[in-house]
Amino acid sequence: MRTRALAIRIIRQFLRDKRTLALLFLAPLLVLTLMHFVFNGQQVKPHIGVAGIAPQMYESLNIKDANLTSYDNQKDAEKALKNGDLDAVFSIVNGQPAILMEGSDPAVSRSVILVLQKALQVNLNVPKPNVSYLHGGEDLSSFDSFGPVLIGFFSFFFVFLLAGVAFLRERTTGTLERLMATPIRRSEVVGGYLLGFGVFTLLQASLIAWYSISVLGMYMVGAVGLVLLVNLLLTLTALTLGTLLSSYARSEFQIIQFIPIVIVPQVFFSGLFNLDAMEPWLQKISYAMPLYYGADAMRSIMIRGEAFSDIQLDIFVLLGFSILFALLNILALKKQRAI
Amino acid sequence: MHVVDVLSVTRRFGAKTVLKDVTLSVERGEIFGLLGPSGSGKTTLIKLMTGIDKSDEGTVRMLGEQMPKLAMLQRFGYMAQSDALYQELTALENLQFFASLYGLSGSRRKERIQAAMKVVDLLDHLNKPVAAYSGGMKRRLSLAISLLHEPELLILDEPTVGIDPVLRQSIWNELTALKERGTTIILTTHVMDEAEKCDRIGLIRNGELTAVDSPEGLKSASGTDSLEQAFIVLGGGVRA
Ligand SMILES: Nc1ncnc2c1ncn2[C@@H]1O[C@H](COP(=O)(O)OP(=O)(O)O)[C@@H](O)[C@H]1O
Ligand SMILES: [Mg+2]
Repeated sequence: MRTRALAIRIIRQFLRDKRTLALLFLAPLLVLTLMHFVFNGQQVKPHIGVAGIAPQMYESLNIKDANLTSYDNQKDAEKALKNGDLDAVFSIVNGQPAILMEGSDPAVSRSVILVLQKALQVNLNVPKPNVSYLHGGEDLSSFDSFGPVLIGFFSFFFVFLLAGVAFLRERTTGTLERLMATPIRRSEVVGGYLLGFGVFTLLQASLIAWYSISVLGMYMVGAVGLVLLVNLLLTLTALTLGTLLSSYARSEFQIIQFIPIVIVPQVFFSGLFNLDAMEPWLQKISYAMPLYYGADAMRSIMIRGEAFSDIQLDIFVLLGFSILFALLNILALKKQRAI
Repeated sequence: MHVVDVLSVTRRFGAKTVLKDVTLSVERGEIFGLLGPSGSGKTTLIKLMTGIDKSDEGTVRMLGEQMPKLAMLQRFGYMAQSDALYQELTALENLQFFASLYGLSGSRRKERIQAAMKVVDLLDHLNKPVAAYSGGMKRRLSLAISLLHEPELLILDEPTVGIDPVLRQSIWNELTALKERGTTIILTTHVMDEAEKCDRIGLIRNGELTAVDSPEGLKSASGTDSLEQAFIVLGGGVRA
């Protein structure tokens, strides 16, 4: 009953606060849309200059995936490269193919190599391998690949911020002290926050998932229910962690200061970046990060279509994080009231 | 039986001793005032009585029960020194919230909200957001919240700060009426003429309770004819 009263109050406050509602519901959609356009766009065609190559050889090189320009000699081509007109210069020196890269953007360099290798392979009449995919497919864009991680991240980030600030306000405006002068239990305070915020975070997760999949067409082969479950667990973790850390902040600004310490490292370990190149002992840090489990579960569901039994470890770990943080919250409230 | 017993209570924050060996009892049905300059330890003492805070030494008992105790939080009404209200919600929503925390629901809750708001004369402003309230109105709303569950004990921390004299008078009339109906009231103040209206006063300075008596008793004990003078004489002769 007291838990419900607190949840109702939080929901009412939320509905009054249009800016926060917008932040919770519209900001993730905006960022996802931007990401969609950036990472789902047309393949970028590298500009390659070709110098000193016989006309018929040049003809056979004529490939669709690059803009080719022919130069009479290497010197002119290199000049164009320096001017920024070209991404690479391709030439054949003593029968040996050579590529001179502009080199400042590794992604462009890679695509130059890819395009030229393909072209040379075709010219050498090497049979083309038949490629088939276990998961995803040829059309899986990088947006599809890290989209599931993004969905989880937004749920986590915004709820962490909002819950932290809401609980801090409660403390700095004195209402928490007033609350603690009523017969409410410390566990009921934490429960009320979980319930009140839970309603909004479930709505938020549903909206983000629906928008990503149905509107932006993010790749999705798993169960929608599982996506929502993982998102809900992630947000509950964010909520309990946010309120817990807000006990150690004295102002809204200090909550913001937690972002580079608590949020950013999680992004690095969440699977947005490939960690295989990292020292193995450093990789293990990810085991302590809620977002790592959430991201892993989201990817498994959306890209590989895995079922509950395949991701249950992730689910239980997230649940464990939430319970641990909730208990610590109840303990931290002792600072406010002796019992 | 005493409503509140404070026995040799000491409270420290770090190295600073904020309350030193305070002992006092509050009788049933009286208005007991804690008078002292700001920073003297009034709020700290009040929080020990409510069980929000815990003493380092000594014991506090409310209605015979040793504090702090969760069940006792239902037994008193509390008004904090700063208005702890949810600004974005209406007065009604604030009242509904706190009423529910005290276990009131349905028609009983409605009834009590009306009654409490009538006492503080805010019935016409029930549906206004608290952000649109003036300082005095917020104070009165805080008082109304403390009255919601009809507690037998009211603990009010500086209840009339920022309230104009006319309203202050009407609040005092109400406190007197509550007392007549058997409610015990403990309040803090740093205003002398307000202290005059209490049945008994505890003088507090630098965390020490220097005297406890009726206003008349304090004046005659100090051989002065105003409470202000009595405070200076009994408080150790130094003006805070
Ligand atoms: N939580 C706290 N931590 C440290 N010092 C405190 C704390 N609460 C109160 N104090 C100090 O205790 C003294 C008494 O404060 P308080 O009880 O609020 O006085 P009053 O209510 O009479 O103005 C002040 O010097 C104040 O700074
Ligand atoms: Mg005070």
